[in-house]
Amino acid sequence: MTALSAVFVRDARIAVRIGGGAMMGVLFFLTVVTLVPFAIGPDLALLRRIGPAILWLGALLSSLLALDRLFANDHEDGSLDLILMARPPLELVVAAKALAHWVTTGLPLVLASPILGLFLNLEPTAISATVLTLLVGTPALTFIGVVGAALATALRRGGLLLPVLVLPLTVPVLIFGVAATNAAVTGPVPFDTPFTILCALTLMSGVIGPFAAAATLRYSME
Amino acid sequence: MCEIVAMKLLGCDLGCVRGGRRVFRAISFSIAARNALLLTGPNGAGKSSLLRMIAGLILPAEGNITLEGGDPELSVGEQSHYVGHLDPLKPALTVTENLTFWTRFLNGARHVDETALVERGLEAVGMADLARLPAGYLSAGQRRRLSLARVLAVPRPIWLLDEPNTALDAASQERLRGVMHTHLSGGGLIVAATHGPLGLVEPDELRLGAPSTGRADSSSARDVGVMDVTQ
Repeated sequence: MTALSAVFVRDARIAVRIGGGAMMGVLFFLTVVTLVPFAIGPDLALLRRIGPAILWLGALLSSLLALDRLFANDHEDGSLDLILMARPPLELVVAAKALAHWVTTGLPLVLASPILGLFLNLEPTAISATVLTLLVGTPALTFIGVVGAALATALRRGGLLLPVLVLPLTVPVLIFGVAATNAAVTGPVPFDTPFTILCALTLMSGVIGPFAAAATLRYSME
Repeated sequence: MCEIVAMKLLGCDLGCVRGGRRVFRAISFSIAARNALLLTGPNGAGKSSLLRMIAGLILPAEGNITLEGGDPELSVGEQSHYVGHLDPLKPALTVTENLTFWTRFLNGARHVDETALVERGLEAVGMADLARLPAGYLSAGQRRRLSLARVLAVPRPIWLLDEPNTALDAASQERLRGVMHTHLSGGGLIVAATHGPLGLVEPDELRLGAPSTGRADSSSARDVGVMDVTQ
């Protein structure tokens, strides 16, 4: 556990220092959400209706921003060699890194979403439902994203490859995240039904993601 | 420091293929505790590949590597320190934070006082006064010294060093010689790829030949993975 908590602390520290990706995600989120009303015009009723979807799309895109450097930095400075050689299982190290990434980039998005919800004229029910679904759903985005991050590192192609690979896989999370929020506001489906599936998606990706990413990293060393 | 009885690192008939190209074949070596093995040879002869193979980062195309007298529960790589060409340091973290991370990560579950280990490591490479400086401001030689501090902070029986003298000044080379001697006399063993003498007393030398020009799959490839151990 000492080794894994060391990884967590290190990654979290790097993310909040200068040059880290923690604040960039929130700023990008703010930009995306602010741009939407300019694009669709001052229709408050429309904004209120599509608000949860906009927040979810913004959070999805923002969570991918810093992801491509997750393993690339460790690969370039040789840290990955030592991590691969070391005793802690690579799967758990990947999970620790993913967790640190979520705490520094995913959690700030969740915390920023109520304020951005006000920008979009959302009701209190819709805001709290969005915050709750984002809190449960964004870890899934990170755990799916680590597979793409590992693949981008293995192929030595950063940047655009990652969103192209990862975004299609996040579609179920997006569907059930927005569905649960809408169910809380308008019905007729009870909030629980899509929300439980969203929880299941997060738990599943939390198990599959680290294993797939670790397998990719091991293969890439050959 | 390390409880080693009669440790022996053996490589048997090792072959290496990188990117479809034969790097070396039929390399064998045997190093006992308290001994150092220097890997020499021209660029591209496979010195770094052999080190990475011992570390477990490359799988051998042929042959195998065994460790006698080590911990049977651990792989060779888990009992080794590998110092490659790259220095695994994060520019945003301070010297102490970088070294503390590797000390905690490499020590694993064992409960030890990291602060003391980190201080000892920094002291040994003469970087105690730079402890609070972000690693991004370090020179190449200082980065290399910080990598070597990691090796000193966490005791491990096998040291795999890839040109450890690179970028080190005369005083640091002298210091490195000192810590290598201490490690060897404490029962450890060292495998080092090098172009110049490291100043060790009577190291074994494994000379790797010039790289074969043929493809790995062609039988007409010249076999020049020469093994030539001189005492």
